[in-house]
Amino acid sequence: MAGVGGGNDFQWCFSQVKGAIDEDVAEADIISTVEFNYSGELLATGDKGGRVVIFQREQESKNRPLSRGEYNVYSTFQSHEPEFDYLKSLEIEEKINKIRWLPQQNAAHFLLSTNDKTIKLWKISERDKRAEGYNLKDEDGRLRDPFRITSLRVPVLMPMDLMVEASPRRIFANAHTYHINSISVNSDYETYLSADDLRINLWHLEITDRSFNIVDIKPANMEELTEVITAAECHPHQCNVFVYSSSKGTIRLCDMRAAALCDRHSKFFEEPEDPSSRSFFSEIISSISDVKFSHSGRYMMTRDYLSVKVWDLNMENRPVETYQVHEYLRSKLCSLYENDCIFDKFECCWNGSDSAIMTGSYNNFFRMFDRNTRRDITLEASRESSKPRAMLKPRKVCTGGKRKKDEISVDSLDFNKKILHTAWHPKENVIAVAATNNLYIFQDKMN
Amino acid sequence: MAGAEGDDSLYPIAVLIDELRNEDVQLRLNSIKKLSTIALALGVERTRTELLPFLTDTIYDEDEVLLALAEQLGSFTVLVGGPEFVHCLLPPLESLATVEETVVRDKAVDSLRKISQEHSPVDLEVHFVPLVKRLASGDWFTSRTSACGLFSVCYPRVSSTVKAEIRQHFRTLCSDDTPMVRRAAASKLGEFAKVLELDYVKSDIIPLFTALASDEQDSVRLLAVEAGVSIATLLPQEDLEALVMPTLRQAAEDKSWRVRYMVADKFSELQKAVGPEITKNDLVPAFQNLLKDCEAEVRAAAANKVKVFCENLPEDSRETIIMTHILPCVKELVSDTNQHVKSALASVIMGLSTILGKDNTVEHLLPLFLAQLKDECPEVRLNIISNLDCVNEVIGIRQLSQSLLPAIVELAEDAKWRVRLAIIEYMPLLAGQLGVEFFDEKLNSLCMAWLIDHVYAIREAATCNLMKLVEKFGAEWAQNTIVPKVLGMANDSNYLHRMTTLFCINALSEACGQEITTKHMLPVVLKMSTDQVANVRFNVAKSLQKIGPVLESSALQAEVKPVLEKLSTDQDMDVKYFALEAISVLALA
Repeated sequence: MAGVGGGNDFQWCFSQVKGAIDEDVAEADIISTVEFNYSGELLATGDKGGRVVIFQREQESKNRPLSRGEYNVYSTFQSHEPEFDYLKSLEIEEKINKIRWLPQQNAAHFLLSTNDKTIKLWKISERDKRAEGYNLKDEDGRLRDPFRITSLRVPVLMPMDLMVEASPRRIFANAHTYHINSISVNSDYETYLSADDLRINLWHLEITDRSFNIVDIKPANMEELTEVITAAECHPHQCNVFVYSSSKGTIRLCDMRAAALCDRHSKFFEEPEDPSSRSFFSEIISSISDVKFSHSGRYMMTRDYLSVKVWDLNMENRPVETYQVHEYLRSKLCSLYENDCIFDKFECCWNGSDSAIMTGSYNNFFRMFDRNTRRDITLEASRESSKPRAMLKPRKVCTGGKRKKDEISVDSLDFNKKILHTAWHPKENVIAVAATNNLYIFQDKMN
Repeated sequence: MAGAEGDDSLYPIAVLIDELRNEDVQLRLNSIKKLSTIALALGVERTRTELLPFLTDTIYDEDEVLLALAEQLGSFTVLVGGPEFVHCLLPPLESLATVEETVVRDKAVDSLRKISQEHSPVDLEVHFVPLVKRLASGDWFTSRTSACGLFSVCYPRVSSTVKAEIRQHFRTLCSDDTPMVRRAAASKLGEFAKVLELDYVKSDIIPLFTALASDEQDSVRLLAVEAGVSIATLLPQEDLEALVMPTLRQAAEDKSWRVRYMVADKFSELQKAVGPEITKNDLVPAFQNLLKDCEAEVRAAAANKVKVFCENLPEDSRETIIMTHILPCVKELVSDTNQHVKSALASVIMGLSTILGKDNTVEHLLPLFLAQLKDECPEVRLNIISNLDCVNEVIGIRQLSQSLLPAIVELAEDAKWRVRLAIIEYMPLLAGQLGVEFFDEKLNSLCMAWLIDHVYAIREAATCNLMKLVEKFGAEWAQNTIVPKVLGMANDSNYLHRMTTLFCINALSEACGQEITTKHMLPVVLKMSTDQVANVRFNVAKSLQKIGPVLESSALQAEVKPVLEKLSTDQDMDVKYFALEAISVLALA
């Protein structure tokens, strides 16, 4: 697979956009997570209204040559409802924080979805047969005289239009005091972990009434609290390894073989701070908002406010690669602090072969980095270039000095249009980019 | 008329069939549970040709319905026409064996195992084995995991060619891509080994066992441990060392604590399986390591096995091994940092005294018991106290009592009422072990103190405790020691304590017998009928109802009746109610 485009290899082009075009966006419609399943055939989004929408990739057809593998709605369901915790007088939002697919185990598909407190396991299955023939009713649904039944009818299954059902299979509740920020399925396919600000729990997928606390960083005295857990993920192959990142910009790798309670990490990844660039905002912008293992399991990537870093699991003292996402914002931190944007939690993702990285920025811009060529590109998810197969033009932000044609100045960036959630198809160059209430799907232009 | 009436016996069946797909899960479940009634009404022919095909495709339903269906089908052979047609049940069970819900799958596999026995050898090869092969090579792991449980039931009854195929399928599943299937295979490895010919156990099973025991997934390796125990029982002693022990040794030192935990948990079975020689040379050091493991969960599991392990050591060297190898580790565990470890040890450590005999117990074990009796964790102390009987047999309670008593007193006055409650429950046991003399001297006052505890649950338990003590020590003892104190409380200024007197009388009257009840208890109860607190008065009525059957009938008429009659005109309606109830129950009206 080639890299990020922009060179000779290939170009990204528009494929689809989902969601309303309206200018005023309903809060509930804002997309809060995007996730492809293991095969890439399904794509799930969750939103602030607690809904999960699943898109399925259409089979390519000769009749409609332009619709190469488009994604269409497969199932929509309400995963979480708003709740109220009467004991603590706290509202529990229905917003879907994360969705994680389970490896496929039979014809049905399964996913975990979570809001701040409760994780649910959903089954999405198809039904294409319906039973017909009653004893007590005739074909029109009229009741028969019970005394006139002279023979028994066994129902017969007849084909019907395909129906997709989503049913809740398990509810994992009451294990988190703080807000859940991550869920991650273990490679043993029987357990998963869930992380909140201070604790990480390990669950068995079939057991809902208990979980094991494997990390607890809550200090005895909450006034001594200096760091929180911001993200956690299981290693893709080694069932005993997981990592969690912290608001201090560090990552801890734990080995569940060593002890039942993973309070002591086995590896500690931290880049020494450059004293020259130290400022009031240093600590805030070094907080890690997302951590993802590469598919190979050799690397992991972390996103902080201004950069993406790739770490080799065998080297703890500094990242092997660092990519600046929007360095031009460094001079704007003060105003970004005032409008709270500095606390935005950007996520990041790998492409299928781990050769490229994607993450979001402001003004509906998103960035891609090719790890081999070190080329990077800024693209925009916008309605303007949303003609089928329209090529995406690289965008450029100018920093001071003279603004060239096609460039946009830092001061005119729209900080309300942020791309926090993106996903990359596990095998192909298909990406899904969530821009507020719209989901954009882009593909590479095949020759 | 007869024609218009129809066959009304069909109506209930028609309802059942229709409700097989009612919207209400409960009704569907009901119908599925009466599937045999439906099948009976349809007859074997229609059951085979219509009902079973319908059921084969109803796998969309709720888990509980599918579970019931899977269970029903296991005993459906007669309803499809007997063993000749049993293979008709395979399609619905096959589809149930592929659903994602483990309980349903497991039940379907259970039923398949059950009906496999009803297949003739020919049918087994024609129908059943192909099903197993289909499941084993299914696309989804759910079907492959189900297959793992079916090999062992068909293997003994098929031809040698088919046997070879089955072994091949099992081998394939043991190296499946998904950990779920490898786990299923590992958990059935022992069972499959049992039905294989010994040569194949050595040539096929051992390599599979070795591979699974070094799987990259912890969850697979730990299941291999259990399989290892089963395999060890099958092999002749001389092969164990070469074929099984290297792998088991490696499991006991696995990097993952969960695997080591499993070894500790299965240690007794392992010990029995490998026999005395290997136990002496291999298991003793392994056990020492587990007792010293860095993970508390592992130490706790090993600590739980200390007694059984020591008991099963070869007799000739038992004492030496315990004294030189095990006891030093046990000593360290007594002061472990983890209370679960100490608590696990406390529940078995007393058992060592019978194995080691009096002298060793006094010299080596007693200090450990005493240390645990003084442990800061109440659960540890309770575990020691509840096992006192084994030490009693060896060294006699006198020796233990001096050190024991302070600990008991401390627990009896613990600030947590649940701890007090637990110790009360051991009182009758202790009383039996200590004897009446010692009890009167040291513990009686404690038992009485609980009667005026400020927690009701404790007072209630104390009352019950008195009854058990009386059952043990007899009515005469009760009259001399307990009854005066209980009756004395009737004059207490606190009405709760006065009520406790009544509750004690309720509990004790039967054990104390007619004479004491009539002569000593009844007057007190009657006197309390004029108590100013209504709660006391209606409890008097309740007590009279309770002790009435124990009393002499003359006393019942002469003394109880007038009092109850008076209470039945009480101004308080509860008192009236219970007085009238007592009058009617005692037939005094």
